Amino acid sequence: MSIAFDLMLAFSLLWSAWGAMTAPRLDRAVVLFIAFGLLMALAWARLSAPDIGLAEAAIGAGLTGALLLDAYGALRRRRTEP
Amino acid sequence: MKRVAVVIAAAAFAVALVGAMLEIGPAAIDLRGLVMQHLAESGVGHPVTAVLLNFRGYDTLLEIAVLLLALLVILAVIGDSRAAPPRAAHPVLQTLARLATPPMVVVAVYLLWAGAFRPGGAFQAGALLASAAVLLHLVGLLPAWNPPGSRLRIGLAAGFAVFLSIAAALLPQGALLKYPVETAGMLILLIESSLTISLGLILAGLFLVLSREDGSS
Repeated sequence: MSIAFDLMLAFSLLWSAWGAMTAPRLDRAVVLFIAFGLLMALAWARLSAPDIGLAEAAIGAGLTGALLLDAYGALRRRRTEP
Repeated sequence: MKRVAVVIAAAAFAVALVGAMLEIGPAAIDLRGLVMQHLAESGVGHPVTAVLLNFRGYDTLLEIAVLLLALLVILAVIGDSRAAPPRAAHPVLQTLARLATPPMVVVAVYLLWAGAFRPGGAFQAGALLASAAVLLHLVGLLPAWNPPGSRLRIGLAAGFAVFLSIAAALLPQGALLKYPVETAGMLILLIESSLTISLGLILAGLFLVLSREDGSS
């Protein structure tokens, strides 16, 4: 049971990492990056390192994701305004 | 032809990496045992917190210094540019943000307190505080920091200053950040509390200071 979960987790990690790098649309890449951060936090928890998992969820997925989304919004505004 | 060569080279590199991983012998020092053995002297009950703030305290001291330096550089680069007032988001979003912020602050304080005996600690608590500030900023309730005022500056520097002054006060004992056993718990709590406030402000500052630029466009 847990090995199946781990395999699925590893596969989704690789898939979201690949998607975040190769997605043609920036918004899709950012959302995949946030998903990757959350899955990574889950992976740290599975590796019984909940401290790193907490930090990854808060800083890696949360704050960095918000920064990237904000940057994407600013880029889009700059592209449409002038 | 070129692509085949690249694939073969990458595969060979991967095999070499796996081989190197398999060759790694057992660790020369049993760090886990050492930490567990001295946990009682550290003043906290959680091994990760004990390592971060007691046994390897100078790592954390330098980390907060690096974060503070990053924010100072951003402030120096941006200079005196002024931001437009924040755009107000939809009232539903604003209400949700208002409702979400108090529990986030409570959870941050809990994480700070829990760090002494279970996963948690200053960095996670600070990141949560910063997320609350970012949330309030994104819905237009918290204005961007047009050059931060003196109270904000004190808050930004407080964590590093408290950490550094405790380190300096303990220096006569012979080693950097070697706490006396009986006061270690209290000193760590003091350092972690100031670190949480400063980290929250610094991480939020990376967002709130940088976002001034797009507000003016």
